[in-house]
Parts: sequence; structure tokens; C-alpha cells
Amino acid sequence: MRLAQDKAASRAPRVGLFVTCLVDLMRPSIGFAALKLLEQAGCKVEVPSQTCCGQPGYNSGDRATARDLAEQVIRSFSHCDYVVAPSGSCAGMIKAHYPELFADDPNLAPKAQALAGKTHELISFLVDVMKVKSVDASFDGAVTYHDSCSGLRELKIKNQPRQLLGSVNGLTMVEMNESEVCCGFGGTFAVKYGEISNSIVEKKTGNISESGAPTLLAGDLGCLLNMAGKLAREGKSIEVRHVAEVLAGMTDEPPIGAPRVSAQS
Amino acid sequence: MSAREEILSTIRRSLGVTGQEKPRLDTVTERLANAPRGLTVARGQLPHEGQVALFKEQAKATLASVVDVASYQDVPAAVADYLRQNNLPAQLRIGSDPRMADLDWGKTAIELSHGPSDGNDLAGLNHAFAGVAETGTLVMTASAENPTTINFLPDHALVVVSAKDITGDYETMWSNLRAQYGKGQMPRVVNWVTGPSRSGDIEQVILLGAHGPRRVHIMVVQD
Amino acid sequence: MSAHPTTKRFIANATEALADPQLQRAMTNVRSGFIDKRAAVAAKLPEFEALRDSARDIKNHALAHLDLYLEKYEANVTAAGGHVHWARTAEEARKIILGICHDAGAKTVTKGKSMISEEIALNAALEAAGIVPVETDLGEYIIQLRDEAPSHIIAPAVHLNASQVESDFRRVHTHLDAGRDLSEPVQLLTEARQVLRSKFLAADVGITGANFLVAETGSSIIVTNEGNGDLTQTLPKTHIVIASLEKIVPTLEDVSQILRVLARSATGQEMSVYTTFSTGPRRAADLDGPENYHVVILDNGRSSMLGTAFQDMLRCIRCGACMNHCPVYHAVGGHAYGWVYPGPMGAVLTPTLLGVDKAGHLPNASTFCGRCESVCPVRIPLPKMMRHWREAEFERHLSPATMRSGIKFWAFFAKRPALYRFATSLMMNVMGWLGRDKGCFSSVPLASGWTDYRDFPAPQGGTFQSRYQAHRKSTQNNGRAA
Repeated sequence: MRLAQDKAASRAPRVGLFVTCLVDLMRPSIGFAALKLLEQAGCKVEVPSQTCCGQPGYNSGDRATARDLAEQVIRSFSHCDYVVAPSGSCAGMIKAHYPELFADDPNLAPKAQALAGKTHELISFLVDVMKVKSVDASFDGAVTYHDSCSGLRELKIKNQPRQLLGSVNGLTMVEMNESEVCCGFGGTFAVKYGEISNSIVEKKTGNISESGAPTLLAGDLGCLLNMAGKLAREGKSIEVRHVAEVLAGMTDEPPIGAPRVSAQS
Repeated sequence: MSAREEILSTIRRSLGVTGQEKPRLDTVTERLANAPRGLTVARGQLPHEGQVALFKEQAKATLASVVDVASYQDVPAAVADYLRQNNLPAQLRIGSDPRMADLDWGKTAIELSHGPSDGNDLAGLNHAFAGVAETGTLVMTASAENPTTINFLPDHALVVVSAKDITGDYETMWSNLRAQYGKGQMPRVVNWVTGPSRSGDIEQVILLGAHGPRRVHIMVVQD
Repeated sequence: MSAHPTTKRFIANATEALADPQLQRAMTNVRSGFIDKRAAVAAKLPEFEALRDSARDIKNHALAHLDLYLEKYEANVTAAGGHVHWARTAEEARKIILGICHDAGAKTVTKGKSMISEEIALNAALEAAGIVPVETDLGEYIIQLRDEAPSHIIAPAVHLNASQVESDFRRVHTHLDAGRDLSEPVQLLTEARQVLRSKFLAADVGITGANFLVAETGSSIIVTNEGNGDLTQTLPKTHIVIASLEKIVPTLEDVSQILRVLARSATGQEMSVYTTFSTGPRRAADLDGPENYHVVILDNGRSSMLGTAFQDMLRCIRCGACMNHCPVYHAVGGHAYGWVYPGPMGAVLTPTLLGVDKAGHLPNASTFCGRCESVCPVRIPLPKMMRHWREAEFERHLSPATMRSGIKFWAFFAKRPALYRFATSLMMNVMGWLGRDKGCFSSVPLASGWTDYRDFPAPQGGTFQSRYQAHRKSTQNNGRAA
């Protein structure tokens, strides 16, 4: 780790971008926004072969599958100086849970520890590691920000996104009530306990609407899909985006859950 | 095997111990003998005057009322004041604590009844063992001199605490208690009282006077 | 209720709870009643976080030496003139308590709030033996009138509104003037105070729980705000304490450390109104207090939790902060969990006490948002332990078949990156195209749990990895051309 840092200091750090499977499949533009932000911060970014961090299996009690997928990530990313993901949840999985997953494996435990030590969520990486103080982007209007649970509580991400959003031209921040309360996503929870999940996300969309901001941002696509899906079902015209899209100035793509055709016409 | 033996042996099996290991036995013996104080909370670490002031401030924050009384001789008048101000009859339930029972109550119109309360008293007076500044907590010890029922049954619990018995934190209070009662010895009951009785059980709104006293009135004797 | 758990019906219980407007309104009190107050009082004490560490360490130390401290505790209770009884099971505990009540010739028993009493279904056993149990904590009294179980470990009636309490009081307190005004909560409190005063004075036995048992002195500790626990234990001739064995702490200093985080975490008070340290029966010179003092120490499976992944759960000091901060608890309330212990602590503890085959929903019905762990005064890793239960269920093939095959299907592709890239790229192109007009799907096969309540946003089309490859090729080509 020390060696990696020393090397990193002498040249552009080599960052492995772990886009997460949700971003890979659902919203590639977040991956490109992350790429742009990391390159702007002076990183040399690569995208190793990747699928899933293993969290769905891990949280469903399927430890064997979780370990298989985690091993795959360790193999693909070990050579990087840093691993960065545009998600507190997936970064948290690698950082907080991989060491636990391999605690009883003398061969993989040190590798899991090492990977955990150099893995970061995107925005906190930019602010805390790359010391980025501001971004060169514009966004016209007010936004409100939802603190996703894993990022907030496992990785202590709270002020970093607010700090960078504060540097976006034209953007004003409006805090919603209970921004730190779960949106009710919880991975498979949202499907298995849909009715409870719905009750939780209803309170969240209520708080979002009450904030009066026409745009909702967050750092985790799972939560964003949940909140965007609920806002769409409620017929509310609040635009939903990943915070990286705004920070990278890449807001040409239609917001999450918005039609593509009409936006282009 | 008795329930006791079986429970203890399951605990030992689960912990992977026999109960005879000397280091474990020593650890327990030392902990009980030394009773380490743990983390110190800065709030109460003040000169004694500051502790008394903090005690009064914190007790008021728990919605107790607090007055200073210059000496024990002035307690009867202070009690009379309180009863009058609250439109209470001049009657008081009291134990046999010599610091209070031997005072000149005849100077007031207060009619005293002695011994434990049977639930028919509006006001009762006990002497506290100590006050803890950190949270404005009264420490009451059970005895014939200060019967526990007087702390709980009357609507108005009046308490005398001597300023010199006020400590900054609970730990100092426990040292003082050990010094008085002996190591490992406890009065039958030690009651920490931090404000008047209350309940939040109806719609989580705090209401005073659930089952215990509706009011706690503290008289801090200065001498 | 504790005799008939409905933990298996969790989903149906939740559906009923979500459709109950009275409950939903009552649950909004949790935020104002607990969350904001805890945050404010914690912020006022600079050492709060360090005290949480201290509390955790003390409980860990006590658990690691539990056998020895229990022996010391017992010896000190006996030396003070009290009696200690050991109960392996709920049934043994009930039998011991009924025996003491019988010896005391008890007709009525007053009770302080005790979750162990709920766990062993004590009231039903007392009633069956012809003894009238009277719950004296205001919340417990209310739910006893309604023949309900507590829905919260420190606020048993948090699921009710004042108007419901009013109608219960009118139904039961028929000796009072029917025209009386009970429109204000304080009038309800005053009425309960009057009704219960005579019960306190008439009771033959008082039964309380214990927040802590102190090995150093043989003291049992109860923490209350109402004073009901003190009247319960002071006025009758016999006081019975029922406590589970993990309540042991070594010394008075240790318990003082933990008390500093208990009330702050529970109700947001700096200290609860009454913290009572009881050591044995009335002394020779005493004029009041119980003549007999008994402690029943309950195991009920806890000794087997030591040394397992669930040992940390035995640190729990029953403050309720985990449920106060739980979004699932806020949504469905405590009764939906189907047994004595609700919320995150119940999701961990209930499967150990009832069996994970009966309570499997509880550790699954969590988003793992981690807010419970973030407020737990003794830092119990609740989500981690819920995950342990999920692993146990998965290993024992107790988890639902659809979930298992879903994970296996996903893993089949995720473990084969090349196949994954090919298949997902194709699939996302199709889905992106299908969703391009509306931007969302209003139904998705096998995901009705999602789409019954919200739309599913359509993917942009293509995958990041396929687009990135194309992007790299084009930039490399451009680079060569230039």
C-alpha cells in the first residue's frame, strides 16, 4: 500500500474503474462521467474486465457465490493503484466486506485486505484522495441530495458530494428532510418485500417533493432507480440523476426513467 | 444436573473454558476489587462550587425545582414556603433522619407525621445521600431514617441535599458510598432520582406525574 | 401472544399494518418522540461516542467471564438475604415464579415492565393459576387492557393513539363517571395513576425485570421514568426480579458507564428519572420495602449463543434505538414482527429463541441500511448478524426457491465475464429500445414486488463495457490518424 502511494505520488495514479453492474447495464453514461472526472483529476483510468462485486449473493446468504465473484474482482483489479466505483454500496462491499468474506482464507485474506485498502467511492476519492476542491461544470437550478446508506454509514460520505456540487456554476443545493434515511431499495429487498419497500420510498419521495427542488441527485444507481421509479409512478416530474453526471457536466442524456425519444425530438 | 449447574456448564462449554483457569479468576477478582472508574466525563470535573452550581442547573433541566438553604436550621421555613406557594396543607411526612427530625419545626405551622408513607400524604421529605452534578441526579438510600416510600408515594417529593455531598460524577459518589457502607455492601435500595416522575407512553408526549411524585423540590443546604 | 408467534406470517402482518391508518399515524410519533431527542442529547455529551466503546467493552468483558460473574453475583445476593433461582427454559422460569407466588399466598401481582416476562408468557401462566397480574407501566397497562403484546421494547403502546386509549379506559374503568373529560392525554395519565394506586397498595407480590445485575454487590437495577417499578417492588411483601443471564455487569462503576448511554439512546434523556439499585430484602431496622427478595435468572438458549456468531447480540441493553431508527419498523410497527422482540434487535434475537425456520423473514426484511448499528449504544453489528441468519437459511435451503434460482442464474453469467458482456450487451440494447418511448416499464416479469408499486426505469441501451470498448477504439484510431 505504501509502495503504491509512493508510486502514485510520482506519476498519475493508475485507477481501475469498477463501474458496477447496475451502471454497466442500466446507465453507462454514469461510467463515462466517472471516467471524465477521474481523468480531469489527473488519474490514468483503465476498465478491467468486470461483472458484479458479489453483493447480491452476499446479502442473500449465498457466501460461496459472493466469494467466487469477489475473487474475480480481486484478480482483475489487484494491479491498480486504486479501485474506484461510482457507488457507495459496491465500494463498501469491497472495502468493508471483502476482508470479512476471506477472513478464514490465509491465501486470499491479505489480497482482500489490500484491495479493500485501495478501494474508494468515486466522489470521496476525488475529494479525500485526489484533493479535488471544485469541478468545471454548470447546472442550472436547484438540486436535492439523497445520502445513500452504504456510502453514508460504511464510508462516511456526507460532505464530499456537497462540497463539489457547491462548485458547480448555477447550481443551488436544497436539503430535503431525512436525507439520511434509507430510500427502501435494499437490493432484492425491494422485490421480496415490495410493499414495505414501497412504504419507505413513498416517505422518501414525499421528502423529495417537499424540498421543492426539481432535480434529485444521489451517488448510488440502485437507490436512484428506486426513487426515479416511484416518482414516475406518482406522476411527479422531478428529474433524477447520478451526482457524477452533474459534476462531469454530462447532463445531455435524459434523466433516469425519462423517455429517450421525446427528449431527442 | 441442577439448572444452575447445567447453565454454568453450557456457558463454560460455549466459551471454551472450565471455570478453573487462574488468569480468568484473577481478572474477575481484580476487577471486582479495584472497580476501575472507566472513562471520565469532563462535564462534572469542576471545583466543588462549580459542581454544586452544575447540579442545580442540571436538576432544574429535569424539571425539578431547586432552592438554596443557608443551614439546616432554615429547612423548616423553606419547607413551609414551598407548601404555602403550592397551596398545600401544612402537613409533611418525614422519617427519623436526625439532621431533619431534630430541627425546630415548632417555629412553623407544619404538622409532621413520621415513618413510611402509606400513600395518603401530599408531601414528604427525605434526606439525600448525595447529589450528582453531571445529570442533576439525587441519590437516595433506604433506611428507617429515610424510608423509600417517602420518595415515591407523596405527590410532592421534597429532598434535602447537603452541598458538601454533591459530587461531580457517579463514580465519586460510589467511592463515598463505599467509604460509608463498606466495600461490596449496599443499602437495601439506592434510588437515583433525576427529576419528577413522567411518562411518554401516550403518543410519545412527555407528561409529568405518572406514578411517582408530580413534583421534586430540592433544598441544597449550604453549611 | 408470545405463546403463539406469528413470525411466519410476517408478510401478511406487514400488509395489515400498512393498511391500518391508526397505526400509520401513531408511527409518525417515533421520529419526534425518539430520533431528534437522541441526536440532541448525544451532541451535548462530547464523550458519547467513546462511552459507546466503553459500554461495548464492558459488556464484552462481562460475557467473556459470564460464568464467574454469575457465581459472584449469586453469592452476593445470598449474602444480602435474597434468593437466586436458575431457569433453563421459559417453562422452568414460570414454574419458579408461580411457586414463589403460591408460597406468598398471592392473589394479585403488580408488574413492572419486563420483556423477559413477555418472553416467558408469564401473565398467561399467572392467570391460569388464578393470580391476577396487573401491569403498571402506563404503556403496558394500556396494552394489557387491549389484550395485546407490546409493539416496542421501551414504548409498548407506541402503536396507539390517544383516542384509542380513551375508548379503552371508558370500556374498562366503568366505575368512573361516564361523562368525564378524557380528551387530553394528561387526563388519561391521571386516571391511570388513580386506578393503579390502589392496585400497588393491594398487591401481594411485585415482579420486575432488571436492566442490569451487578456482580460486585448482588444488586439488581431497574430503570424507569414513571416510578411504577419502584412502587411495584417496594410495597408488596415479596419482590421477584426476572432477568436473563446476560444482564450481568461487574461493578457499580461499569454500570455507571453504561447508564450514561442507555437513556440517551433510548428516550434522549440524559438519565432516566428513576434508576434503582436493589440489594436483598428489607433490613432489620427498615420500616418499608419487601420482606422477601427473589431473583430468577433465565437462560432460554442464551448460554448457547456464547462463542457463536451471535454472541455480540448478548450485549444488547434493550434501549430500543435500533427500532426507533429502522425504516422497516417505522413502516410496519412492532406487531408485524410476530413475537416479543421487534425491529433489528428482534430480527437477530427472535431466530435464536424461536428457530430460524420459524422466524426466517425477520432477518431478511431489512434493507441493510445500517442505521440501527450506527445508533446502537453497545455497537452491535446488527446487519452483519442478520446476514449470518440469511447464510444459515441459505445453507439449510430455507430461503425461497425463486430467490435461490435468481441468484444462481445471475451468478452463472457474472462468473463468466465474456459471456456476461455478450449477453448483457444484447439484452440491454433490446431493453433500451423497448423502453425508449416511456423511459420506464410499468411491469417487469418476476419483479411484481417492484412494479406493483413503482415503475422500473428503462436502461439507456448498450452496456458501459461495450460502449467503452467502442470509445477506446475510436480514440485510439483518432490518435493514430493524428
